[in-house]
Amino acid sequence: MTAPRDVVVTGLGATTPLGGDAVSTWTAALAGESGARTLENDWAEKYGIPVTFAATIKVKPDEVLARPEIKRMDPSAQYAIIATREAWADAGLAGAEVDGERLGAVVSSGIGGIWTTLDGWDTLRERGARRMLPMTVPMLMPNSPAAYVELEIGARAGAHAMVSACASGAEAIGYGVEMIRNGRADVVVAGGTEATIHPMPIAAFAASRTLSLRNDDPAGASRPYDVDRDGFVVGEGAAVVVLESAEHAAARGARVYARIAGVGLSSDAYHITSPDPEGRGQVAAMRRALENAGATGRDVVHVNAHATSTKVGDLTETASIRSLLGGEADHVLLSATKSMTGHLLGGAGALETLFTVKAVHERLAPPTINVAKPDPELQVPLVRDVPAALPAGDVVALNNSFGFGGHNVALVVTNA
Amino acid sequence: MAYTDTEILEGLAEIVAEETGLPTDAVVLEKSFTDDLDIDSLSMMTIVTHAEDKFGVRIPDEEVKNLATVGDAVTFIAGAQA
Repeated sequence: MTAPRDVVVTGLGATTPLGGDAVSTWTAALAGESGARTLENDWAEKYGIPVTFAATIKVKPDEVLARPEIKRMDPSAQYAIIATREAWADAGLAGAEVDGERLGAVVSSGIGGIWTTLDGWDTLRERGARRMLPMTVPMLMPNSPAAYVELEIGARAGAHAMVSACASGAEAIGYGVEMIRNGRADVVVAGGTEATIHPMPIAAFAASRTLSLRNDDPAGASRPYDVDRDGFVVGEGAAVVVLESAEHAAARGARVYARIAGVGLSSDAYHITSPDPEGRGQVAAMRRALENAGATGRDVVHVNAHATSTKVGDLTETASIRSLLGGEADHVLLSATKSMTGHLLGGAGALETLFTVKAVHERLAPPTINVAKPDPELQVPLVRDVPAALPAGDVVALNNSFGFGGHNVALVVTNA
Repeated sequence: MAYTDTEILEGLAEIVAEETGLPTDAVVLEKSFTDDLDIDSLSMMTIVTHAEDKFGVRIPDEEVKNLATVGDAVTFIAGAQA
């Protein structure tokens, strides 16, 4: 049996609350900026929604996409296409000859085209079936971003869309890694996207009592590991990476950011929204990812935590890391970047993988902001306010993503 | 109020431009929707839906296949106005 093929990251793209591309998003994250802001609409007043802020996208799609593209894609697909174009060019593949039969697209969303779904329902109720736009179905289906990315790059090895709530984006990247390892593709564009800053999902999340109500201080609202945390901040946007077999990247002389060396998946089989308080599923996902990478807990220097800033979620995760790594957890630098980006739901795991890749490449763990009083139950050293240097030499980093339904995904990122 | 043929053409051109990204002055009477303007069936149905809305007419599905050119559509919409 041959060893699994090495999978490397050669391109990065994003559009997020921190910036309209991966470069400005990363720069803003290192600077500790917040993407959360007060919403400029009447939703709270009109519908009685108790949350008046969110981490909205920094650059509106109509500033970068053509008008017909806007009309044919739900915002979730628009974000994915913006991120894809950047990543594809960043990888040096714009205009290059890539064998479409060996090219895949894996782009996930946690929720799908909810703007299109709800606009369609309004149209039907108010104006009847003849006013329903024919593009409604291809815009609302949750595989729509994957399909548009597939069309954009000419991917014929397969287009896929994992749906696993807030783990979706990381699961998509893991699936892309597997496609290359098992020989189905040489190059895969993989990532996640979400566009749920719409009154219905915000009202629904608020009803579940999981959102921060810090309306008077949006930028300070997402505060994972702070004793005064009160829930997460809804974010929107997309991130994608170009994954490539190491051989394919070397053959074309591509710049390599990092390797995705391990993929670990598990499910809790415990509760529809709460993590297993023992953290068994989380530990299993991280352990499997490390085993898959041929790494051990001693090697881990950095973790980009899922850390949404709910008390139960954040503390379960650091307890899981401590349980897996034991005393080695004292040497890990923990970053909770949702403190700055908000929670991109189906886009979160992809953006945080992108951050982990950048962290390993630049040897800088991004900060966690808004932690005025760290929770005494926090069990791993936290990177606060300013970036922290990662050691030289071979390093191993983990990105954790966990979703409603008990989905756990851990990815191992190493230097190339 | 009935729209003149010129107004219908201008309105249609705006709808087609919005849907396809073509400039409005590319949408002229003799152009074929499929062969010249490269409009697929889904886009055609979207254009029909918007045209019905804009001009207050009904364009039955079985009629759409007869609307080969922009001119055909202008003629049909003009005739369908109350």
